Amino acid sequence: MIKVLLFAGMQERAGKSEIQLNEPHLLVSEIKRKLETQYDFPQMFTGCLSAVNEEFADDDTEVRSGDVVAFIPPVSGG
Amino acid sequence: MKPFEITENTISVQEVVDKVIHPDAGAVNTFIGTVREMTKGKRTTYLKYEAYIPMAEKQLSKIGEEIAAEWPDSKCAITHRIGELGISEIAVVIAVSTPHRAHSFEACRYAIERIKEIVPIWKKEHWEDGSMWVGDQLETTSYSKGHPESEGESK
Repeated sequence: MIKVLLFAGMQERAGKSEIQLNEPHLLVSEIKRKLETQYDFPQMFTGCLSAVNEEFADDDTEVRSGDVVAFIPPVSGG
Repeated sequence: MKPFEITENTISVQEVVDKVIHPDAGAVNTFIGTVREMTKGKRTTYLKYEAYIPMAEKQLSKIGEEIAAEWPDSKCAITHRIGELGISEIAVVIAVSTPHRAHSFEACRYAIERIKEIVPIWKKEHWEDGSMWVGDQLETTSYSKGHPESEGESK
């Protein structure tokens, strides 16, 4: 199982902060496509960075069961 | 005592400063980020900060590593607050100590700029008539009801 974390505006849009995907492995890009379809939200990840296990990752990073993927919308700390 | 910390509590400036004080330091520079009332003519009533806490703390310590590599014998501590903050409350405190003053100014400035680039923290501005996640390119207009119009929205 892959755990996906959503934050800020994406979390509100999806109505949840965490999504479980019952897949042994997926690319980050495949997870994005899955969620865009699930939430009927084609531009869901525009401007968004991805992290796997708390490190920034790319679209072609492979995610395995047990990993935590986080989608990071444009940050605004400080 | 964590040098790089996300907290839900009020930040003590002195506590952050104390983390970087040591006998070989000749300068301590601090940056204090506070909640501003007026932004582009609009009155903020409060801000809500959210973070991906474990990654945010990791990223803050990465900034500390970058500073240690760039400015020799420097020491850095950063605390960022999350949750609801009212006008003039402290959102972030950075302290950098160095042997000489010039480096402490440079490194402190560097730290706040990097926070705005690589640390997963988000702020939502709340006004009397709505709210918006700052930096959110998905929702560039304010939500008319103070929240996005989506089904299953819990709040």
